[in-house]
Amino acid sequence: MSAPPLEISHVTMRFGGLKALVDFSLTMQPGELVGLIGPNGAGKTTAFNAVTGVYTPTEGDVLVAGERVNGLRPHDICVKGVARTFQNIRLFRQLTALDNVRIACHAGATSGFFDSLFLTARHRREEAHILRRAEEYLAVMGLAHRRDEISRNLPYGEQRRLEIARALATGPKVLCLDEPAAGMNAAEKLELLALIRSIRDRFGIAILVIEHDMRVVMGVSERMLVLDHGITIAHGKPEEIRRNPKVIEAYLGDAYLEEKHIAVPVEGQAR
Amino acid sequence: MSSARAVFRSVLPFLVGAPILALLQPVMPADYAIILVSVGVNVVLATSLNVVNGFTGQFSLGHAGFMAVGAYTAAKITVGLSGVQLILLPEAVSNQLVFAIALLAAMITAAIAGVLVGMPSLRLRGDYLAIVTLGFGEIIRSVIENMKFLGQATGLSGLPARTNLVWVGMSAIATVVMARRLAVSTQGRALFAIREDEVAAEAMGVDTTGFKVRAFVISAAYAGLAGALISHAILLATPRMFTFIRSIEVVVMVVLGGLGSITGSVISAIVLTISLEALREFQAYRMVVYAALLIALMLLRPQGLFGTRELWDLPLFRRLTRNRLAAAGPAGASPAEVRDDSTGPKGVA
Amino acid sequence: MTEFLQHLVNGLSVGTIYALVALGYTMVYGVLKLINFAHGDVYMVGAFSGYWLAELVGVRSPYGADPPGAGETFIKASLVTLGAMVICGLLGFVIERFAYRPLRQRPRLTSLITAIGVSFLLEYGFQLRPIIRSPIEFPPGPSPRVFPALIAREPLEVLGVSLSNYDIYGFLIAILLMLGLQYIVYRTRFGTAMRAVSFDPQVAGLMGIPVNRIITWTFVLGSALAAAAGIINAVSRPKIEPLFGLISGIKAFVAAVLGGIGSVPGAMVGGIVLGLAEEYVAGYTDSSYRDAIAFTVLILVLLVRPAGIFGRFTVEKV
Repeated sequence: MSAPPLEISHVTMRFGGLKALVDFSLTMQPGELVGLIGPNGAGKTTAFNAVTGVYTPTEGDVLVAGERVNGLRPHDICVKGVARTFQNIRLFRQLTALDNVRIACHAGATSGFFDSLFLTARHRREEAHILRRAEEYLAVMGLAHRRDEISRNLPYGEQRRLEIARALATGPKVLCLDEPAAGMNAAEKLELLALIRSIRDRFGIAILVIEHDMRVVMGVSERMLVLDHGITIAHGKPEEIRRNPKVIEAYLGDAYLEEKHIAVPVEGQAR
Repeated sequence: MSSARAVFRSVLPFLVGAPILALLQPVMPADYAIILVSVGVNVVLATSLNVVNGFTGQFSLGHAGFMAVGAYTAAKITVGLSGVQLILLPEAVSNQLVFAIALLAAMITAAIAGVLVGMPSLRLRGDYLAIVTLGFGEIIRSVIENMKFLGQATGLSGLPARTNLVWVGMSAIATVVMARRLAVSTQGRALFAIREDEVAAEAMGVDTTGFKVRAFVISAAYAGLAGALISHAILLATPRMFTFIRSIEVVVMVVLGGLGSITGSVISAIVLTISLEALREFQAYRMVVYAALLIALMLLRPQGLFGTRELWDLPLFRRLTRNRLAAAGPAGASPAEVRDDSTGPKGVA
Repeated sequence: MTEFLQHLVNGLSVGTIYALVALGYTMVYGVLKLINFAHGDVYMVGAFSGYWLAELVGVRSPYGADPPGAGETFIKASLVTLGAMVICGLLGFVIERFAYRPLRQRPRLTSLITAIGVSFLLEYGFQLRPIIRSPIEFPPGPSPRVFPALIAREPLEVLGVSLSNYDIYGFLIAILLMLGLQYIVYRTRFGTAMRAVSFDPQVAGLMGIPVNRIITWTFVLGSALAAAAGIINAVSRPKIEPLFGLISGIKAFVAAVLGGIGSVPGAMVGGIVLGLAEEYVAGYTDSSYRDAIAFTVLILVLLVRPAGIFGRFTVEKV
């Protein structure tokens, strides 16, 4: 039995006196679809950053395919199999859609300057290979017709899809999507749901999604975690989460609970 | 494409350039020749600096330091081996060979300097990197000024006159070819990615520090080449030739041409060198006009002449290009210029 | 021991000058996040302004057949100094208003290059042959001028250390100015506004702070301080020429970075520390490396602790 693609074990992120993430744990199996929700500032993106190497966990371990990656630089972790998109789209804005994806295709390789400068056979082969792969990923995300378009000129929804295509091109075992539906209309969100599932089906990778839109995240997740002020207050299937009073309180406040006469257990409160 | 054809295409620019320049050399009047040498050297400088400042988006202000390293290395070799006549070769050929070795050595030592400067510095952002590279450039110069072995403040003189149109032309071609090939390659795209969004590039598997250092080293090597060439044209290598004012002059050339545009760097180098030569009589006013131009440029057209566009992005050239991969685009093509063609068949025939 | 104290005195003397100039760098960086390359040249203009004002005001040699009375000397010296501060303040205003303000929304590289352009403009502009010859020669031209002695120089000896009243006065004036600035920055509304702008210009604007005006006045203040530094320096080291602001400017910048760029107390501390470091290293080793010391300090700081002594390193939010 091989190691799970991603294992986050009791990770805590502390910034000076501020605890942004407390004792966060999550193990993902290949092909799993997991949702991560919570009010603003709950620590969701912090969790992403801790996993992808932007931050080094203050405590705890992150293991990718069984290998501990704490303290590695983001590009190393990417090569080991974790890819991500960003809350505020971070495309290579002046580059074409094709170039955005091609860059990700070559993830991990630093050498090769010699080949590029002297136009060796290896260089030409690799360039052709990368071009083919990049075009494939663009096609999978329905962006083949935008290949030579400068990415900042793309409509918003397509930019988000391009970011996903780019992340996919790194060949990850785990894909972390940070609010992929933000800014989309209802129809686009439905398409996105289908797209995420089809990515999982086609590539067999585990997908972790941060989302605010409940319908999107409940529609795509097989299980969910809820964060509030850095603490995991709930973990389970979407239907369970939906009914969980602690989750409701975290999002809507205790006034709502009182109004609905819902009792909340005292311990484990996130305040 | 077979290997033989690939190699041929690789060296084609040089095979064409060398004979032309060799023929021009003897008929060129001396005062024009020196201007052309300056132009060529500045093309090498601007294009090589563009790799770091333009492609990778890092602001380096220490180019002159690498020039100095290259200049002094080459000088030491040519002067040191000046009496030596390589066995079995006529003197003229021997001299050229020695110079070739000197140039190569200049590039290597400058590259090493590039590693030493780049590795610690490239962890820093924007303004800080600019200052540190400036600082390193000055430290290099300061060290040279204090070494008796390198002639201290008076520097090295009596360098053999080896630089000529052929060498300068070949070097300029080599630099432009290097930059162009880099721009359309995977490594070049990685550099552009770093420029566009370093965080995202890192997240997509690009070893940003590694690439930044490599870009820096390549750029430094060519700066060393330029330094070696210029010192063997004016037959002198002194610390005062390589102050940070020199670095800034190169930066101005790159910015004027457009950061990231090879065409821009080349044309800007040509235009600026010739203009400055033409205005030579107005010595002091020259710099004042230069400064005023710089300010005006930043206020009115900060993207420079060409922005990130290239001559070969124009539809005309795209139709002429037979290489599919190359036509897939050096990064940063302007949409206005490219759009009509890109809706046509992919990979322009 | 006397050598040690001598270096201490010299170090403090030159350090306070660095500190005054460094304050200009740090304040401007604080509100604009811009390294004002031209600041060192403002310092140079300050010295020259003093030179011209001295001529206009008729500073006569303190020695000679008819030396001026002590009162007259002080009045004239103050006039010259304050006048130069006003002139440079004005210069700072002009530079900010016409060269930097239009570029505020653009990427920082653009402003950096413009700053270099302004710096060149001042340096080379001042090196042009005089166009106006009377009552003063402007531009001064490349040849060095000798700054007049504003007050009579009286050498002193304390504990075997030789200094002069220049050193004492210079030091006192510098300290006074720095204390004054501390007061302004931390005890007045203007200072609070300035600090607010340095934290977040957008929000400061939303809170009703006239951001543009604050920035302009920051420039004016920084430039005035540089002018004062220029005069204090020129009195002790009277040879002035258009390019001498360059190297001092860079050293002052290093001082600002050392103290933590953006931090006012940092600039003061950084300046003094750098002055002392320079004096001691150059004094006990080979003095020809004097200029390289500043760069070495710079590189060490940036590699080991880029935030400087008092600086805060902001993390980019991903």
